[in-house]
Amino acid sequence: MSALTGFALLLAYQLVGEVLAVGVGVPIPGPVIGMLLLLLTLVLRRGAAAPDAAADTLLSHLSLLFVPAGVGVMVHAARLQGEWLPIVAALVVSTLVTLVVTALVLRWLVRRLAPAEPADGQ
Amino acid sequence: MASSSDLGRLWVYLSASPLLWLTVTLLAYLAAHALYRRAGENPLLNPVALAVGLLIVVLVTTRTSYATYFAGAQFVHFLLGPATVALALPLYRQLGKLRRLWLPIALSLVVGVVVAALSAIGVGLLLGASPETLLSLAPKSVTAPVAMGIADKIGGLPSLTAVLVVATGILGAVFGTRLFDWLGIDDDAVRGVAMGVTSHGIGTARAFQVSAEMGAFSGLAMALSAFVTALLVPWLVRGLGLAG
Repeated sequence: MSALTGFALLLAYQLVGEVLAVGVGVPIPGPVIGMLLLLLTLVLRRGAAAPDAAADTLLSHLSLLFVPAGVGVMVHAARLQGEWLPIVAALVVSTLVTLVVTALVLRWLVRRLAPAEPADGQ
Repeated sequence: MASSSDLGRLWVYLSASPLLWLTVTLLAYLAAHALYRRAGENPLLNPVALAVGLLIVVLVTTRTSYATYFAGAQFVHFLLGPATVALALPLYRQLGKLRRLWLPIALSLVVGVVVAALSAIGVGLLLGASPETLLSLAPKSVTAPVAMGIADKIGGLPSLTAVLVVATGILGAVFGTRLFDWLGIDDDAVRGVAMGVTSHGIGTARAFQVSAEMGAFSGLAMALSAFVTALLVPWLVRGLGLAG
C-alpha cells in the first residue's frame, strides 16, 4: 500500500474513532478507538493491506510530533511559577515510580505466569 | 539591501502565515536531533527538550505569541492522532509474543496506569497543587491527544496536560534505561512495556534506539495504556472526589 493510501486509511480510522467517541459517546478517545479498530482489521485480514509505509513514517518521527505541545509551556509560565514544586515533584516522582513498579511487577508476572520462551528466543 | 520597513512588512506577511512556524519547528527539531546524534545519542540531550528550548528562545526573542506559533505548528501536532492509530501496526507485528505474554502485560499495564495517576495526584496533593493542576497531572503518562481528551473530560486544562505529557516523556526517556540497568532489568520486553506505560511516544522513540524489541513493546504498552487510562482515570479521579 502506498504511503498516501496508508495515510488516508489512518485518517479514516481516526475519523470513525472520533465519530464513535463524540457522536455515539463511547468513553474512549477517538484515536485509541481508531487504533483498536485497525488492529482488529489487521488480525481479521491477517495483516493484508496494512498501511505499513505511512505508519512507519509517522512512528519513526514520533518525538517530533510532541514538540508543538511542549512549547505550550510558555502559556503556563505563571501557573508553573506558582506551583513549580508540586508539579516538578509530582512529575519526577511519578515517572520514576511508574517505571520501577511496572518493570518489577511485569518481571515477576512473566516468571510466574508466562510459559517458558522457546529455546531460539522467538 | 532592504530597508527596515521592508523587513517589517516581510515579517508581518510571514508571521501571518503558517509556513514560517511550521518550517521553524521542523528546523529546530532537526538541529536538536543532529546535536543529539553528535553527542552519541546521550539521553540527557533529549531532542524534544532541546527543540522546545530552542523554539521558546526564538519565540520570546521575536515576541511571538504561542497562538501565532501554534497556527503553524498545529500541522505537526495534528499528526499525533494518525500516529496513535498507526500504533496498531507494531502491535500487530508483535502479536506472537503478545499472545504469550498477554496476561502479565495486561496486569502490569493496569498496575502501571494506576500507579502513574495516583503517584502524580498523591505528590501534587501533598505539596498543595491546585485542583486544576491535579486533574491536568492525572493523565500525564499517555500520548498527548489521548491525555488532552481525558483532561478535558475530567476538568483539567488540556493545554497544561500537553506540557506535562511532554515533560513526563522526556523524564522517562532520559532516566529510564539507566534505572533499568541499575535494577538489573535486562529483558527488553519488560523494559519496553515499563517505558511505554510511563513515557508514551517520547519514551518509545528512545526505546527504539535501544532495540527493535524494546521499541515494539514500548509502542504496544503506549497504545494499550492509552486505552486503559481512558477507561480507568476518569473513574479513579471521581473515586477520589476530585472530579464530577
